Amino acid sequence: MSKTILVVAEHRDGALRQVTYEAIQAAALSSAENDQLHVAVIGHQIEGLTESLSSIDAEKIYLIDHSDLQQYHPEAYAAALKQVIDASNPDGIILGHTAIGRDLAPMISAKLDAGQISDVTNIENVDDQVVFIRPIYAGKAFEKKVFQSSPWVVTVRPNNISAADSSGGKAEVENIEYAKPASLRTVIQNVVRKTSGKVDLSEAKIVVSGGRGVKSADGFKPLQELADVLGGAVGASRGACDADYCDYSLQIGQTGKVVTPEVYIACGISGAIQHVAGMSQSKIIVAINKDPEAPIFKIADYGIVGDLFEVVPLLTQEFKKVLG
Amino acid sequence: MDIYVIMKQTFDTEEKIIIEDGNVSEDGVQYVINPYDEYAVEEAIQTRDELGGSVYVIAVGPERTSEALRTALAMGADEAVLISDERIGSDENTISKVLASYLGSQKVDLILGGYFSVDNGAGQVAIRLAQLLDIPHVGSITKLDMSDSKAKADRDAEGDLEQVEVTLPAVFTAQQGLNEPRYPSLPGIMKAKRKPFKQLTLDDLDIEEAELSPKTARTALSLPPQKEAGQILKGETAEQVKELVEKLRDDAKVL
Ligand SMILES: Cc1cc2nc3c(=O)[nH]c(=O)nc-3n(C[C@H](O)[C@H](O)[C@H](O)COP(=O)(O)OP(=O)(O)OC[C@H]3O[C@@H](n4cnc5c(N)ncnc54)[C@H](O)[C@@H]3O)c2cc1C
Repeated sequence: MSKTILVVAEHRDGALRQVTYEAIQAAALSSAENDQLHVAVIGHQIEGLTESLSSIDAEKIYLIDHSDLQQYHPEAYAAALKQVIDASNPDGIILGHTAIGRDLAPMISAKLDAGQISDVTNIENVDDQVVFIRPIYAGKAFEKKVFQSSPWVVTVRPNNISAADSSGGKAEVENIEYAKPASLRTVIQNVVRKTSGKVDLSEAKIVVSGGRGVKSADGFKPLQELADVLGGAVGASRGACDADYCDYSLQIGQTGKVVTPEVYIACGISGAIQHVAGMSQSKIIVAINKDPEAPIFKIADYGIVGDLFEVVPLLTQEFKKVLG
Repeated sequence: MDIYVIMKQTFDTEEKIIIEDGNVSEDGVQYVINPYDEYAVEEAIQTRDELGGSVYVIAVGPERTSEALRTALAMGADEAVLISDERIGSDENTISKVLASYLGSQKVDLILGGYFSVDNGAGQVAIRLAQLLDIPHVGSITKLDMSDSKAKADRDAEGDLEQVEVTLPAVFTAQQGLNEPRYPSLPGIMKAKRKPFKQLTLDDLDIEEAELSPKTARTALSLPPQKEAGQILKGETAEQVKELVEKLRDDAKVL
């Protein structure tokens, strides 16, 4: 019997988020040869997205488009996704471990009476059993988990599973008419977009992060310049956010965003465990701190003991030279 | 107003993780209230002080969890309930069903919990519970304003702010920034000893054992791969910077 895996796509500003391609790859890793891939796209005025999706090797794309689904609404999205699930009849469902996925997945799991494995960073296929790997204790340990029943639900941590390539495939697109639930008890009154910046922090390949050591809002300027030269994004520690040097939307860590860039450059960040939980999976960690005893050096691949206000501008210059 | 806080006892965040016989060793470990649940307890107490009513703290877990519940009572919660039974596994599906079974038989106006627990980090139980009780939820809140039958909350969505209104009863999960949890006072600790503390097993709940079979299982546990010790660069700052850029380009090949 072939299985069906349903990936719940996420999009922002008219484009699919990177994590959707990673979820599609996760579906491939959890599949056997004849299994089917279905994709659910929920939102409003999203026809444009089918084009980027048509490049995916999926059997079916379900579109559910309604003005009530313009922005994330827990009850409306759960109801819409349930409609797709009823049509797709999947054995497994995969979402991103994002603001939406973290909220929506447990609702769906409870509705389906399904098991869920959250925040998966890797998937192995061992003797026909799919094993999901996830960090626990703020990344201080990893566990392998398997499902004992079906259907199942998984959320994948962004930037950990490599993205599926989008070469070829012609998925059939099916529109589903949104059946509004009889009573919605939730009203989204306002959404304030604070995430700005040219590069999406949670998907950035390079993150330049500042802590309390940056000392002021102005102190972030050299970090931004370095990030610009590298095509990266600026992040921050809670210390910097609490001190009002930057907005909380830049926060990285257990409370804030979890990032897994190729290079993480921590400037004036001590390396508290709650911060490390949000960046320890980064491929290369660079620490710049004037205190040689700072715990961040214990997890750094390369460390410079020094004043960030001297080091960061020099780095920017050097990268400019090297990158031409 | 009947306010319930679902909470969990976790390792202190700073604890070192040691694996012994395939399990995380609990030898000599310091336990705390899960930090995100602490915000939930504080918010419950503040809400009760403003609007009247009672705060009930409830946990599913081993006997030792009673310490965390006592701490919450010492902070100012009114009553505690511990559901402790070896037949209950640690699967999120099971825990949420046990909680739903108990809470479904109580008069509930408001349920608060943490955004996730710092040990397992799955963030499922509170939201599953809301579904099982068929009430709305708002996840990851940094602000809560209550009125009689409605609540307004600020939800932190990956840094964006969503302002959400829901009818009560409802479930909210607390994100850091919601409040500053108080420390238990000495009189609070004394008073906590006399507050009602109910301990239940599955036999006290109306739940079928079949519903408790776990849907996921752990097959292995490991420590993160040992990273090679990092390199602290040496020399004049300008030389260090040059060396770093070279290493990123040539050794790490990330540029
Ligand atoms: C429940 C909970 C959740 C939390 N979640 C998070 C989270 O998600 N993210 C997070 O970051 N924190 C989080 N924290 C807070 C965390 O514990 C730390 O307090 C915080 O990370 C410290 O920020 P910091 O490193 O910027 O500040 P500090 O610890 O004050 O470190 C500043 C560093 O800057 C260095 N420095 C100063 N001046 C210079 C200079 N000129 N050049 C170079 N270096 C310099 C200092 O040597 C020091 O190491 C959480 C805490 C709790 C309790």
